[in-house]
Amino acid sequence: MGLWRFEVSSIGAEPDPAGLSVRSQLIDFGVQSVEQVRASRVFVVGLPRSEPTKERQTADRIGRFLLADPVAETCRITGESDPLPTANGQAVEIHLKPGVMDNVALSTAAALSDMGIAAISVRTARRFVLQPAPVASELARIHRLMGNACIEDVFLGTRPLMPPPEPPTYEYELRHVAIRTLDDSGLITLSTNGHLFLALDEMRTIQAHYLRLDRGPTDLELETIAQTWSEHCVHKTLKSAILYRGAAMPGDTSSTTERRYDNLLKDTIARATDELIREKRGPQCLSVFKDNAGIIAFDDTHAVAFKVETHNHPSAIEPYGGASTGVGGVIRDVLGCGLGAQPIANTDVFCVAPPSWPNDAVPKGVIHPKTVLKGVVCGVRDYGNRMGIPTVNGAVHFDARYLGNPLVYCGCVGLIPRDRIEKQVNPGDLIVVMGGRTGRDGIHGATFSSAELTDTHEDEFAHAVQIGNAIEEKKVLDVVMQARDWVTPDGKRMCLFSSITDCGAGGLSSAIGEMAADGGAEVELDKVPLKYAGLRYDEIWISEAQERMVLAVPEENVAALLALATSEEVEATVIGRFTDTNRLVIRYQNNVVGELDLRFLHDGLPRTVREAEWLSSPTAAPISNQRETLSPEKILEKLRNRLSNPNAASKHWIIRQYDHEVGARTVVKPLVGPGNGPSDAAVLRPRPDSTRGIALGCGLATEATERDPYWMAVAAIDEAIRNVVCVGGDPSRTAILDNFCWPRVDDKRNLGALVRACQACYDVAKAYGVPFISGKDSLNNEFSLDPADIELVRNADKTDPTRNGRIAIPYTLLISAIALVDDVNRCITSAPRLLNGYGELWVVGMDNSSWQDASMAKLAAFHRCIADLIREGRILAAHDCSEGGYLSAIAEMAIAANISVDVSIPAEGLLADPFGPLISAYVVQPKSADVFMNRAFGNGIHACRIAKLDSDAFNPAIKINGATATIAELRRAWQAPLDW
Amino acid sequence: MGVRVLVLRAAGINCDEETAYAWERSGARADRIHIRRIIESPATLSDYQILTIPGGFSYGDDIASGRILGNQLAHHLGEAIGGFVDRGGLVLGICNGFQVLVRAGLLPGADCPVRATLTHNDSGRYIDRWVRMRAEAANCPFLEAGEFFDVPVAHGEGKIVIEGGAANLPAFERTGRIALRYVAADGAAATGDENPNGSIGNAAGLIDSTGRILGLMPHPERAMDACLFPQHIRDNSIETNGLKLFQRAVRHFA
Repeated sequence: MGLWRFEVSSIGAEPDPAGLSVRSQLIDFGVQSVEQVRASRVFVVGLPRSEPTKERQTADRIGRFLLADPVAETCRITGESDPLPTANGQAVEIHLKPGVMDNVALSTAAALSDMGIAAISVRTARRFVLQPAPVASELARIHRLMGNACIEDVFLGTRPLMPPPEPPTYEYELRHVAIRTLDDSGLITLSTNGHLFLALDEMRTIQAHYLRLDRGPTDLELETIAQTWSEHCVHKTLKSAILYRGAAMPGDTSSTTERRYDNLLKDTIARATDELIREKRGPQCLSVFKDNAGIIAFDDTHAVAFKVETHNHPSAIEPYGGASTGVGGVIRDVLGCGLGAQPIANTDVFCVAPPSWPNDAVPKGVIHPKTVLKGVVCGVRDYGNRMGIPTVNGAVHFDARYLGNPLVYCGCVGLIPRDRIEKQVNPGDLIVVMGGRTGRDGIHGATFSSAELTDTHEDEFAHAVQIGNAIEEKKVLDVVMQARDWVTPDGKRMCLFSSITDCGAGGLSSAIGEMAADGGAEVELDKVPLKYAGLRYDEIWISEAQERMVLAVPEENVAALLALATSEEVEATVIGRFTDTNRLVIRYQNNVVGELDLRFLHDGLPRTVREAEWLSSPTAAPISNQRETLSPEKILEKLRNRLSNPNAASKHWIIRQYDHEVGARTVVKPLVGPGNGPSDAAVLRPRPDSTRGIALGCGLATEATERDPYWMAVAAIDEAIRNVVCVGGDPSRTAILDNFCWPRVDDKRNLGALVRACQACYDVAKAYGVPFISGKDSLNNEFSLDPADIELVRNADKTDPTRNGRIAIPYTLLISAIALVDDVNRCITSAPRLLNGYGELWVVGMDNSSWQDASMAKLAAFHRCIADLIREGRILAAHDCSEGGYLSAIAEMAIAANISVDVSIPAEGLLADPFGPLISAYVVQPKSADVFMNRAFGNGIHACRIAKLDSDAFNPAIKINGATATIAELRRAWQAPLDW
Repeated sequence: MGVRVLVLRAAGINCDEETAYAWERSGARADRIHIRRIIESPATLSDYQILTIPGGFSYGDDIASGRILGNQLAHHLGEAIGGFVDRGGLVLGICNGFQVLVRAGLLPGADCPVRATLTHNDSGRYIDRWVRMRAEAANCPFLEAGEFFDVPVAHGEGKIVIEGGAANLPAFERTGRIALRYVAADGAAATGDENPNGSIGNAAGLIDSTGRILGLMPHPERAMDACLFPQHIRDNSIETNGLKLFQRAVRHFA
């Protein structure tokens, strides 16, 4: 094989965005000496040996016609006999580690074959030339700043041409684990060293099972049990029995209580849904909590599915790969719910430490929050945009306690015909794996995601990092949609498969284990297509390689399905058969490498009663309504500061990088009005021949979390509801999703907090008539610091995020809401507009200054009333306002509309402090001043005229009791902090 | 039978459904067909009057945007597409489809005295925003010179550059290949974000010498219903609806 190196760079005259972006990254992190960075792309192609001039001609063709643009780029071609290129400055090359997915290389090889060139190998790298070469102390930091050691090798200089490493060979050998003879400490050691993350009682249960069987488990069996029993797959904490002691729940008569939950999830969140379905309240729920996504009716023929997942641990270690595979995973959840829903929108929420975190106070094992945020945004962007799914709604929340455990929530909404919701695996159905090949990537992801992070996880779990390939998943999507609505030669519509699920955490082990749960399965692992040789049988079984789906296919449809896949250039392979034996039999080269009793696998997990406690008073201090007396000028200054707080600041840098319109369904977009103000929620029109829509919003209220997680959950749900109401969503036909991200739950107080939040979910869901349809939890989000780093982190932020040498995240509950919209043409945004020269802004909200005092029934009626006014066309613009007070909301509306507002702050009452938190309020533009007559207002709900709108096309401004600031100036303050 | 449109599918093409829908709404019959079927049987093209390459990320835009699909067109379908256009067929490339046409050498065309290509936006980032553009070309069946469109762009590599840079712009303009330009709300020359990618001459779309091949970065198929417009321009800009581009091409064959 002859190796050829191609270095493609833009010609000098053109700007070099990749180089500029690296330079700004270096400057962000204190590398000051580099003045210019030039970027290029490197391809190393192995060509079959031929006559030297012929081989060089082939290389020239590749460079000229495939790799470099003839107008904008140049290509430097180097063969093995040529001297390596040198650089004027310091060259830095970033090569993917062997075995890491290189999507560009795969595509390049395919394109070479289109040109009639059979390449033996292709690898790619990125190259940057830093000018002038950085000083030694800065150079030492380059590795960490420019590459991620988890997946990349950073090479200083030009890396010599090297043939790709040979994959390791593998010779089959069945391995057993000697669990039967271990004592308790031996069991714990086995759980820890084997990365099983199982508790002692669980290990003992497994031991007892194998003692009964009178044999030791194979390594594959033990791994399968560990994955099936992992927190990630089975949610054992949320589903466990819990004895709660401590502060009473609202509504209890005494101040303390003791409550027992047999199954926390079933007794709170799922119970609310069950009861609402019985009472026929809320949207029509078609599938809740049992499938990969929750499904509600959309119209007579279609339904919408919604799922939100977290991908926190992988994103902490490799933000780009972690977030992109998080998006890929939640899309597969939607594609794998029912008989396949078509993904039509994505959502994303990130919780990270402040981007201004001092560079020199980043502990070992942690990536700087700004790098994390940039990485996860790019990951979501690249996956969603490539899939052709618009990312339409989201949020970013900054808090120092997310330093070690950033949170990445990814949501996906799908559209599904109502006759494609039920699925059923039948014995005799063939098991088909479809999509990407299986490699060593992502092994142990399910157990890893259930663990606590430490400063050494970066190394130990490098193999848990997955690299996504959105195009592979898009191809799978194309096949599944065609197979779902297959038309037979005689014109009948049918589905070629009887069930489908995604291969996510736990890989084939989880996917097949779940699908076979009511019957059984026999699997032949040597049939699974592999990316490279050398995988052990157990690695094939548990690999979390991305972009794979598992289908149950009746034998008579297999030929049609496989032919369809081939026609779309998708690999689909029969790897086994579903049975009715209640056993999972796994073979490799005709040897049985695992045989599991499915009843033990799915029902054998020992149930324990966990103790939970929450001691502080449930009637914590109400939100302060103390009025600060500020001069109008001071108020404006405070307003500017509020707007430029990163939590409130414009997220346009993120939003505009997402394609939020692909699919031609997006009616209310994430930035609204001529001035690009913030939208409260997104609205989509799923079907072009119908005016019906869906609104998507979210709520997150971590500021209330320490006082009482009960009220935090109430505030989060209320915020999600307000958000969808603001754009025209129907609160009576709204469903919500819960995503709990929690610190360690073996701590009684943390578990007590979880209980209180779950109880609140039940209470609010019932009061509002808003069912939960799906949920997910990510527990144990704590980071144990290297002792040498503790002081460093403590002193870095005014709110010390550490506790006992650890950083625990705050109790974080994300509520995602999906609301039906009858007519998308009646949707409104937060941008007001003058109507015949008239316009006013009113604050409408609850009279109460704390959640404790507010009646939930009244809150529900309040949201219903606002929604009715919007539907009737009596409210022209609406914006949610809550913890930040109403003035920020008014300023955001003025920014959106680019319009003048004259604000009169009342001298007394709840609204006297324009920054005072309001528990549940909207700023709205009524069509006329009499809109609020004859409604429920006055009965515990206030409606107060607070500002007049004025069109000043040239220089719109905000006036507050006489003082003035221009809207342009406020917009700058709002946009600047995150304008990267 | 009416006008037939072939909407090309390939791995990573992701705007084919709404693009086919725009054609159907304009009175044509649109079939979405995978490129492999056409490579297997290039004669398929002769059943159609219009070929559309929709937006997306064909083959992940690996190597460069549209490069691999463009490479496939050039190597497997160069002759077939040439014959298609010679027979009076129309070709429309939207966003990634435009990039594909450029990579395949179909735009601005081998006979263009000034070579042009598409490269990364000046910002270095993908960008989604609404822009206004004006049709310049008089010889393009998709367009009427002087008409405006309000449309979204969504791309990372939409900047049109020409060989020789700004000094060559007058020569390039004389070729008449600039079919569409980004403009300000009042129709004046675009400034700042009004040109979302830094394209030379504010060019948003190009045609070949016949005017029958049109490529543009903005997405007219995302601006075909009033409800898809941003609320603040919805009331006064329905005449700028993207659907008219498709309707005009269909009428061309009537």
